[in-house]
Amino acid sequence: MEKNALLEVKNLTLSFKLSAGINHVIRDISFTLAQGETLAIVGESGSGKSVTTKAIMGLIDDNGAVEEGSILFKLNETEEVDLLKVDKDYLQKNIRGSRIAIIFQDPMTSLDPTMTVGKQIMESMLEHHKVTSKSEAFKKAKELLDLVGIDHPDKRIKQYPHQLSGGMRQRVVIAIALACEPDLLIADEPTTALDVTIQSQILELIKDIQKKTGVSIIFITHDLGVVANVADRVAVMYAGKIVEEGLASEIYYNPQHPYTWGLLSSIPSLSDKGSEILSIPGTPPNLINPPVGDAFAYRSAYAMKIDFEEQPPMFKVSSTHSAATWLLHPLAPKVEMPAILKERIQLYQSKRGQQHD
Amino acid sequence: MSYRKEQFESVTLQNTEQQEMLASNTGFFKDAFTRFATNKGALIGLIFITIILGLALIGPSITPHIYNEVITTNINLPPRIPFLENFGIFNGFWEGIDVYAKKGFDDLYYWFGADGLGRDLWSRVWMGTRISFLVAFVAVMIDVAIGITYGLVSGYFGGKVDLVMQRLVEVISGIPNLVVVILLVLVLKPGLVSIIFALMITGWISMSRVVRSQVLKLKEMEYILAARTLGASSFVIILKEILPNIMGQIIVMTMFSIPNAIFYESFLAFVGLGLQPPLASLGVLISTGYQSMLIYPHMVIYPVIVLSILMLSFNLMADGLRDAFDPKMKGF
Amino acid sequence: MTERKIILEVKKLDQFFKIDRKTTTRAVDGISFHIYEGETFSVVGESGSGKSTLGRSLIRIYDANAGEVTFMGQNISAKLSKETKAFLRKNMQMIFQDPMASLNPRKKVIDSIAFGLDVNKLVQSPQERKEKVLNVLKSVGLLEDHLNRYPHQFSGGQRQRIGIARALILEPKFIIADEIISALDVSIQAQVINLMKKLQKKLGLTYMFIAHDLSMVRYISDRVAVMHVGHIVEMGTVEDIYDHPLHPYTRSLLSAIPHPDPDSERARKRVVYSKTGINYNAGTLRQLSDTHSLLATDEEFALWQSGDYRSSLI
Repeated sequence: MEKNALLEVKNLTLSFKLSAGINHVIRDISFTLAQGETLAIVGESGSGKSVTTKAIMGLIDDNGAVEEGSILFKLNETEEVDLLKVDKDYLQKNIRGSRIAIIFQDPMTSLDPTMTVGKQIMESMLEHHKVTSKSEAFKKAKELLDLVGIDHPDKRIKQYPHQLSGGMRQRVVIAIALACEPDLLIADEPTTALDVTIQSQILELIKDIQKKTGVSIIFITHDLGVVANVADRVAVMYAGKIVEEGLASEIYYNPQHPYTWGLLSSIPSLSDKGSEILSIPGTPPNLINPPVGDAFAYRSAYAMKIDFEEQPPMFKVSSTHSAATWLLHPLAPKVEMPAILKERIQLYQSKRGQQHD
Repeated sequence: MSYRKEQFESVTLQNTEQQEMLASNTGFFKDAFTRFATNKGALIGLIFITIILGLALIGPSITPHIYNEVITTNINLPPRIPFLENFGIFNGFWEGIDVYAKKGFDDLYYWFGADGLGRDLWSRVWMGTRISFLVAFVAVMIDVAIGITYGLVSGYFGGKVDLVMQRLVEVISGIPNLVVVILLVLVLKPGLVSIIFALMITGWISMSRVVRSQVLKLKEMEYILAARTLGASSFVIILKEILPNIMGQIIVMTMFSIPNAIFYESFLAFVGLGLQPPLASLGVLISTGYQSMLIYPHMVIYPVIVLSILMLSFNLMADGLRDAFDPKMKGF
Repeated sequence: MTERKIILEVKKLDQFFKIDRKTTTRAVDGISFHIYEGETFSVVGESGSGKSTLGRSLIRIYDANAGEVTFMGQNISAKLSKETKAFLRKNMQMIFQDPMASLNPRKKVIDSIAFGLDVNKLVQSPQERKEKVLNVLKSVGLLEDHLNRYPHQFSGGQRQRIGIARALILEPKFIIADEIISALDVSIQAQVINLMKKLQKKLGLTYMFIAHDLSMVRYISDRVAVMHVGHIVEMGTVEDIYDHPLHPYTRSLLSAIPHPDPDSERARKRVVYSKTGINYNAGTLRQLSDTHSLLATDEEFALWQSGDYRSSLI
């Protein structure tokens, strides 16, 4: 495993058995998460991003099977474990909740409506023996409520989920996730169901917590604005594969894959007034019969013959940036990203220049 | 690996609208049928129901005996089936004696034996099945009709209408079923019509409750709102938009109600409120046969077996239907 | 200068819901605004703002408690006669948010789309019906193949197109789009929005968009009204609202939007809005310009005008 890495996913291939056939949801993905960093996995429905996090936590349904690959997790300086090779018992006792925690999208259904907020936070601590007594757990729970920005923790700790607003519930969910001081926090669309002002608060909170505790974060979302706000590095997923990966600034200011171009061009920006948005024609492919070559080629205006013959490997753009598109092959014609996107990036960078003045 | 320049020529895509169909092109019921067909218990239930109902139709005609013909010389004859008697079962023996030989009936066969009045039990059991099933079926159908209508109206219109209708239901369901039935049967004299009437009088309530709760769930769905904005009347919405979407639940409830009705009718017969001879339902047969159960067990065993299998099969099938109709979101 | 025609005029609209004997939710509280023919007017707000309720009150899914609504010259707020109902139904239609719930799962696509025709008995023969459906199907970018299929066979974006087709078949002049893209993937949102723009040009439609995605609202709208707990707190053209927001709620909303620009995101400071001390019921809607209006009391107005309100937009 790499020196500074906390989690290493290597050649993960996973599929589900359906009555219609075998659904190849994840097709050979690899990525690394360094300690203390935030990796955002961006993708739309069917990209495989949520399944990836479930694979890490061992929460895959019975009809799912890992065909290949490993997920290496660093336990301490000397030990690492392959999360795909250990049994459910080990995962439950040693990993889930204590080392890796996950927060989901819907705060309404993430919390048990019949348990007080405090009890749910304490439950995790007691279960994983992070505290020695109930009173200690209670004290820590109050501290956590304070950490996540909930007012009057001594009152709130005794309240039930239905007595809290949506934003507060999501904060409680985060508190529960942090209860055992995990090394890795997986956030699966944590702000999608929230209003924009609450979303902003929750994102600030997550970044704040990372500063305070040094927790590493995998952030799953389809909102490119949110990604720009939280991510250090970004991985773009399409049809079960990672199509582009790099630092946030590289992905946003120098994207290389036509899908990334499509995504960035399809969102309107507040800063450039009146320009168009481009839509990507068509829909994501059926992964029961995955396409032979580049899965995005069918929807790309830059498609080449080879896209339909062979899958592109990851081409290196820089030491931190790579993209899986034949357009980066030396024999490929030079293409430009859509004009709209180019103009927008230039606008951002010129503004940045202004700010630095 | 080396590549050729030609491989990197651009391709103009003819049909960028790759309109991928996400799921199979079958309607809801076809899918449900497929799910049902893979449920072993449900299939067994269906097979047995078919066999029993089939026998109910043709059973009495197979034997030469007539179901309500009283032949006093043939009373209490034990079961005797040709061919099987050679194996020591169904050989007309009772308490060690070959009754048929004793009475000199060499060519006489009563497959399920004869009852206390010499009537052929085989024919009577299948006639009884016919009647039991008919009574239950008619009662349930009426219940369903009333229950669905009541639930649809109460649920869809809500407000005061719902309030009044539900209070009414609560009052009716507060009255003990049995008391109502006994009164009805005593007043109207036991007969086919009165029994059906008694069975249906309270059965519709549970159906109406289920329908109402389903309607409440669907009422706020956006396609119902869309139907309203497009100008559909409440009647059209209830019939065309809501009803098809609760059909699954209704069918399942109906299937479960039938064995309940059959059993209830049998119970009534057992307590003396059932059909009067010569009409006989399974319940009547069991009730009369029960009285001589220890001496002539054949009179009670066969109707009991048929009743049990019928009820079990209906329950298995209804279970299977319920699982088959469980709407699982497809495609996503 | 040609006077722009007003297609919808709303005066002091109230929509209340009684929760129990003591509490009443004032979902829409004394709202007034107007919409010009051919424009895209957006109503933005967060959950609980009352924007969806507003749409449903206008199209008479709910019956308003008070207020006057004039649509294409006719009063549609009081008890409606049969003719007015038919008139309203033909000219005003709605598209809904949830692609999963907006189509009847047991109905074939052709039947869902033709529903308006069937219910209002507007076609004489099955051929005419199919022809009209095909027409509208083509304009939303779907294929004839799709007519005999069921909703579960389609993706979210395709289902929304079916919903649009269903709304268009009666050839309305005014369409209320209630959060129609919120439940869709990002790239599909762009598809649907571009389709709506195309249709507007082709058919001369007026749109009222109800949304919470402020970036998308800016892209598609001509004028915007910002709602908060049942009141319109600020209203104007997109330039008025996005470049010169005056109401602190508007400014806090705008400052909370994340931009796809990592560098600026690091520097962005969110403006926090606190409603304490601000009483919407006491304020009046005052004109700041021909197009820009603001809900404020005299004191609030003076306060907000004086402060340095250069918004933290880039």
